[in-house]
Amino acid sequence: MKYAFFPGCVSRGGCPELYPAVLKVCERLDIELEEMYGASCTGSGILQEKNEFLGDTLNARTFAMAEQMGLPIMTICSTCQGVMSQANKRLRDDPAHLAEVNETLKEEGLEYRGTAEIKHIMWIMVEDIGIEELKKKFVRALPDLKLAPFYGCYIVRPSWALEFDSHPGRERSLEALIEAVGATVVDFSGKTRCCGFPILTINEKNSLAMVANHTSEAQSLGADAMVTPCPLCHLNLDSFQPKAASQNGIRIHMPILHLPQLVGLALGFSPKEMGLGRHIVSPRRIEEKVAEAAKV
Amino acid sequence: MQVTLAIKRFNPESDKPQPHYEEFTVDVEEHFTVLDSLIKVREEVDESLALRCSCRASICGSCAMRVEGHATLACKTKLISVMDGQSKVRIEPMTNQPVIKDLVVDMKPFWDKIRDVEPWLQPQEPEPEDEYIAPNEAMIHLTGVMGCIMCGACVSDCTVLEVDPNFLGPAALAKAYRFVGDPRDDADKHRLKELSKYTGIWDCTRCYECVEVCPKGVAPMDRIMALRDRAIAAGFDGNYGARHTEAFSDLVEHSGWLDELRMIPKTFGMFNPLSLGPLLGMIPIGLRALRRRKLPPIRHKSIPGVKNVRRIFKKVEARK
Ligand code: SF4
Ligand code: SF4
Ligand code: FES
Repeated sequence: MKYAFFPGCVSRGGCPELYPAVLKVCERLDIELEEMYGASCTGSGILQEKNEFLGDTLNARTFAMAEQMGLPIMTICSTCQGVMSQANKRLRDDPAHLAEVNETLKEEGLEYRGTAEIKHIMWIMVEDIGIEELKKKFVRALPDLKLAPFYGCYIVRPSWALEFDSHPGRERSLEALIEAVGATVVDFSGKTRCCGFPILTINEKNSLAMVANHTSEAQSLGADAMVTPCPLCHLNLDSFQPKAASQNGIRIHMPILHLPQLVGLALGFSPKEMGLGRHIVSPRRIEEKVAEAAKV
Repeated sequence: MQVTLAIKRFNPESDKPQPHYEEFTVDVEEHFTVLDSLIKVREEVDESLALRCSCRASICGSCAMRVEGHATLACKTKLISVMDGQSKVRIEPMTNQPVIKDLVVDMKPFWDKIRDVEPWLQPQEPEPEDEYIAPNEAMIHLTGVMGCIMCGACVSDCTVLEVDPNFLGPAALAKAYRFVGDPRDDADKHRLKELSKYTGIWDCTRCYECVEVCPKGVAPMDRIMALRDRAIAAGFDGNYGARHTEAFSDLVEHSGWLDELRMIPKTFGMFNPLSLGPLLGMIPIGLRALRRRKLPPIRHKSIPGVKNVRRIFKKVEARK
């Protein structure tokens, strides 16, 4: 099982704990990775608001590189995944658009033929490896954990880009993985809502209000932590949680786990190896429960 | 077949008005819409159930409500499509709008915001004697927004309105685009200036909820993005939203990927006195991150072959 690895910006920027955790987890899951060092940022939806054609061209460049490598792309960010899925759909559905984009790529000796497959590591674990196979590799069950899933907008919307119809179960992949590690899913209304990160520097008050709502809701339902496949959500929900709590005048302590970290814990890595100590909201409670589980 | 409708009810005239769920089990046909089943409940079980509907054909926009947690037109939604193997369906009034009774919400705030964007033509030239002549190509991009039936579904599920009722919201902003994009209208500068302020286009989080729930394919968020582009082009680029977009674009053009450390000062502007507050506010967060080594690399290296990314930026921007 081999993928062209597209790590995105934030897993090496504001969430530097994610990138090394992913490498460790993939190695143990026999997922072979060839990193796409020359690929650019997807545009994150921000470049697209100025110039969608520019965004599609940059992403087509990445897709063409993957075609040359002969590999499907693996992403580790809901936003990267969504933005790339949207671009791919537009390019595949409109040959004239694709031709125009290729006109620009030609100078670099690249051409996108429309065959790239782009998959978030969450989908790879559920669809390509499969829950049953995955469970065979787990050395630790985490039955004492109550976890609230938090998807991140772009991996659930817009549905026209995400191929839910041809991939039954995809819409529930995060819950499926939480169940696979033996933990209990805490269903809550924030699950598929926005974390507020895109407006953090534009309207901080609203952005933090979203953080406060989601984390306090999860807390009131008894969750030990929230789990997310999106490092942008992580950045807002974790790093800005203390500020969000004080803005809204409430006490919140809600650790946020990256999905690969959770899977890593079940695979037997220590919380330290998964970089949990680098989070702003201390996941000590999780660490203790993992230590107890290890003893069994 | 049988279905159980779990309906969120609220009666302001009861002794202790309190929103609560009430379940009704009714026999339905395979082809029933959610609205068909609600009407059946009202006609056969409880005539006090309040709901709005008229056309029953997704035209009038009066039957929007939340079905299984998402806003939709009750008359457009087949029961079977939301049952998902279950026999129970959850039905609630729209959110972000005050509930009057049961499934009926007060649309006044909705209409007030539509009015706020001045949804009428403001031409500068005197009106033509006959009709306005506008070329097809200049109008075709507006057919999508003109399809809006004012149902309020997008407003119900908007993530920003949930935390800030002042936000103009998806329906009103889509309506604003309908006039900014109209070749017969001459008030673009005035409109874009207003829309660039707090409560306008830059407050949207790009969450796609409105795109997902709109029953008419209006795609409000896409219109908001088009307005952002037009606002920057018209010179309204001094606000944090526009600066954020420009800073992001510059940084990706320069190194091929995002240099997060430089993003914040670039958005706020290092030497802008008004930005001192937000910049200082970031300091405790930066310090906490530093302690945990949760920071982007200080030295941000460009991706290999970044010159190709820069070339694409130049070429594509020129094409525009
Ligand atoms: S995309 Fe913007 S306008 Fe639409 S629902 Fe989300 S925040 Fe509201
Ligand atoms: S944009 Fe769509 S969802 Fe919003 S009011 Fe108009 S028709 Fe309804
Ligand atoms: S009853 Fe008219 S839109 Fe549903």
